[in-house]
Amino acid sequence: MNNHTTLAVQFEKVCRYFGEVKAVDQADLEIRDGEFFSMLGPSGSGKTTCLRMIAGFDRPTSGRIFLYGQEVSNLPPYERNVNTVFQDYALFPHMNVADNIAYGLMVKGVPKAERMRRVEEMLDLVQLSGFAGRKPSQLSGGQRQRVALARALINHPKVLLLDEPLGALDLKLRQQMQVELKAIQKRVGITFIFVTHDQEEALTMSDRIALFNQGKIEQIGSPAEIYEHPATAFVAGFVGTSNLVSGEVAKRITGREITFSIRPEKIHMSGIGENVPSDSYSTDGVVRDVVYLGLYTRYLVEMDGGGDLVVVEQNLKTTSMDVLKIKGQRVRLHWKKEHVREIGG
Amino acid sequence: MLQRISTYLYLRPRLVLWLMLGPPLAYMFVVYLGSLASLLINSFFYLEEFTGLVVREFTLRTYALTLHPANREIFVRTTIMAAAVTVADALIAFPLAYYIAKFASPRVKTWLIIAVTIPLWSSYLVRVYAWKLILAKEGILSWFINLLHLDGVLNWLLSFEGIGGSSLALSPIGMFIVFVYIWLPYMIIPIQTALERVPDSLLEASSDLGAKPLQTFRTVILPLAFPGVVAGSIFTFSLTLGDFIIPLSLGNSKFFIGQAVYSYQGTGGNIPLAAAMTMGPVLIMIVYLLIAKRLGAFDAL
Amino acid sequence: MPSKPYSGPKAPWGLKLAALGALLFLHVPIWIIFLYTLTPDETTYTFPLPGITFKWFGIALQRADLWRALTLSLQVAAVATLISLVLGTLAAAAVYRSNFFGKEAVSFLLVLPIALPGIVTGIALRSAIGTLDIPFSFWTIVIGHATFCIVVVYNNVLARFRRMQGSLIEASMDLGANSFQTFRYVVFPNIATALLAGGMLAFALSFDEVIVTTFTAGQQTTLPIWIFSQLTRPRDRPVTNVVAMFVMLITFLPILFAQKLSAQSAGMEEETK
Repeated sequence: MNNHTTLAVQFEKVCRYFGEVKAVDQADLEIRDGEFFSMLGPSGSGKTTCLRMIAGFDRPTSGRIFLYGQEVSNLPPYERNVNTVFQDYALFPHMNVADNIAYGLMVKGVPKAERMRRVEEMLDLVQLSGFAGRKPSQLSGGQRQRVALARALINHPKVLLLDEPLGALDLKLRQQMQVELKAIQKRVGITFIFVTHDQEEALTMSDRIALFNQGKIEQIGSPAEIYEHPATAFVAGFVGTSNLVSGEVAKRITGREITFSIRPEKIHMSGIGENVPSDSYSTDGVVRDVVYLGLYTRYLVEMDGGGDLVVVEQNLKTTSMDVLKIKGQRVRLHWKKEHVREIGG
Repeated sequence: MLQRISTYLYLRPRLVLWLMLGPPLAYMFVVYLGSLASLLINSFFYLEEFTGLVVREFTLRTYALTLHPANREIFVRTTIMAAAVTVADALIAFPLAYYIAKFASPRVKTWLIIAVTIPLWSSYLVRVYAWKLILAKEGILSWFINLLHLDGVLNWLLSFEGIGGSSLALSPIGMFIVFVYIWLPYMIIPIQTALERVPDSLLEASSDLGAKPLQTFRTVILPLAFPGVVAGSIFTFSLTLGDFIIPLSLGNSKFFIGQAVYSYQGTGGNIPLAAAMTMGPVLIMIVYLLIAKRLGAFDAL
Repeated sequence: MPSKPYSGPKAPWGLKLAALGALLFLHVPIWIIFLYTLTPDETTYTFPLPGITFKWFGIALQRADLWRALTLSLQVAAVATLISLVLGTLAAAAVYRSNFFGKEAVSFLLVLPIALPGIVTGIALRSAIGTLDIPFSFWTIVIGHATFCIVVVYNNVLARFRRMQGSLIEASMDLGANSFQTFRYVVFPNIATALLAGGMLAFALSFDEVIVTTFTAGQQTTLPIWIFSQLTRPRDRPVTNVVAMFVMLITFLPILFAQKLSAQSAGMEEETK
């Protein structure tokens, strides 16, 4: 039995079934105190359901959930020291910003003067000072999001849950909010649990990521681990672009009967006759397609043994004219053996 | 305290459902469905003439009574009136509904729709009363008819057995006018809704293919509006069948179904007969609804 | 949006005439009542009016029987509205938050009293009263009215629930409020206008009702019953005109107000989206 108390959240064989549908299937999870933890996966993979079970809006069909060592399966949301930032912000339309933020304090009976003081603090934290009197309908999407954040944080929860909070924002605003959220988390020092389907977002912000697929957790690890060492084909495919090689071709290249993945940026492209270092695998092929993307170029190479590899190289010295000429030429590809990740199944 | 009750209930959603749904359902079951059941049951009892008491034994003699010539006459009379009212309402409602659906600009349309529904918000009884004023012998309509020197025509109409009477205000003609007036909005709205659904492109296609406006109207618009007419007729027919206020206020001694039911249960205390008589319209309406459904009226609602 | 000149098809003048005729047919009778409240004529409905007088308003105010009838109508409407507010809201809340077997049947059951002709509801209640030997009373009237008022509140409140953001309730609980607090601070403020609108509609419906009432009132007289008795045995023509106008306003104004409320709250939600 693990020592639960330093763990913010623990799932023990948690299942959530809706009749025949297994929304969450035997999930085991440990989230550490103070970390920025992301739950990543496509729609319907079970990540939001897990979040709701942590918050208390849903109860597991079987299994146990612990918050700081305490089993919470039968605790309603208002008795858990956990707060949520909702995807649609869920700001109370009939209250102004100050009353929205102070809501959690109000229902606990905190006196008005104290409430107002702490509201001001929060508005400062999310950079919305002066907005206290406005109504939610008068705010932009980004502003509403910050109010929702302040409303949750003012209660000093031990854990903050964020359900795809940046989904409705445009790209520039999103990137800005990603940085701000990370900064706030460091400042406040509490555990953030972040649900998203955007793998880039998860990779940018998280200390650790849990990758969900059809109700199961495929892998838990740091962004680097997940990216460099995907545990399954799904992980390799979902996080970043990846090349998956198997069967005859894999055997020819590596000498073993395995399936492996190799990231496009790890592959070097050179002329046919070039020597290959001893610590690398290699294969020859023909360049079928070239896509110039400014910062880098993406090549699609058809290997001699069959199958395609995607190769990505930065345009450090080359121009678009240069790279487009390579189309149709024969090239030799090689990559370090240590960058290869074997996939089990 | 409250928090504990809240948590207790939170963990038991089924219980909460029963607590919420229980009272209204119980009320409707006991009061409303119970009453309907008692209505049906009563139609199988009979009134003992000597004692004036209702005898609670299962019998069909009360239903037999409803087939008496006097009562049959009542059914027939009421049904004819309901049919006439339906036809008249359809004829009057159609132009207005057509105009609103196809010719009114959006701004005018909003106002027209409000104008059509306002009478529905006004008291039904008061609107009936208004016609007592209008139809009175010395009243406004009379004055108007005299102005047009049509009083001879009016008297001639009133002399007819079956539809006439001592004055407009106390005759089937008068009742007819009031029925048509009262249910008119119920006919306008479904027709207008059905006509809205006729895409303008159909009309354009029709004229493009060479049909004159009248032909287009007959062959395209009318058939497509028909479900709306049927939907409206459900209201006019059933409401006329069951109404007793208008016959009592504007009628003579020749009873309509509603009047009969009202009088039987009143001083006579003959609830079984009243119940049995009500079953007639209920049955007619069920058949009507089934036919209307097949004709597509419910899509127009 | 700047208004463009309407460029739709033009209606043939015959159609316009027929449409206008129907419209006038609908509205003129009501105006005529207002006109007749001013006639000095005591015994007939003569047109043109022999004169103009306002005395009937004063006389109506003196009539004790009218005050009794009005009081009864107001009391019945008030209590029936209260009952239907509670039961209608409970039913709407249950239907909104749960998926259960027979959900559509609930809506059907609640609308039945209005869907079936009043006489069926009336005679059904009458037969129950007779069979169970219940004496006619204030409560027989009220209970009869509540059966068709419930659905009015139910529809309004349910529609309002459906337009409300579902996550609001979860957010409130997440922030520490239990179910009762959530209802008080979040749910109730959001459905308040629907309750008001539904309540006003129910009130107007009950106040104006005469068909079911004649079956359930026994010897009691509500204001509509008073008017009805005047329809069959007219005794107080000019006063009746005043009463008629009064009833018209008392039923029309709440409904108008309720419509405005519903339109307003629907418009407000568009803002917050």
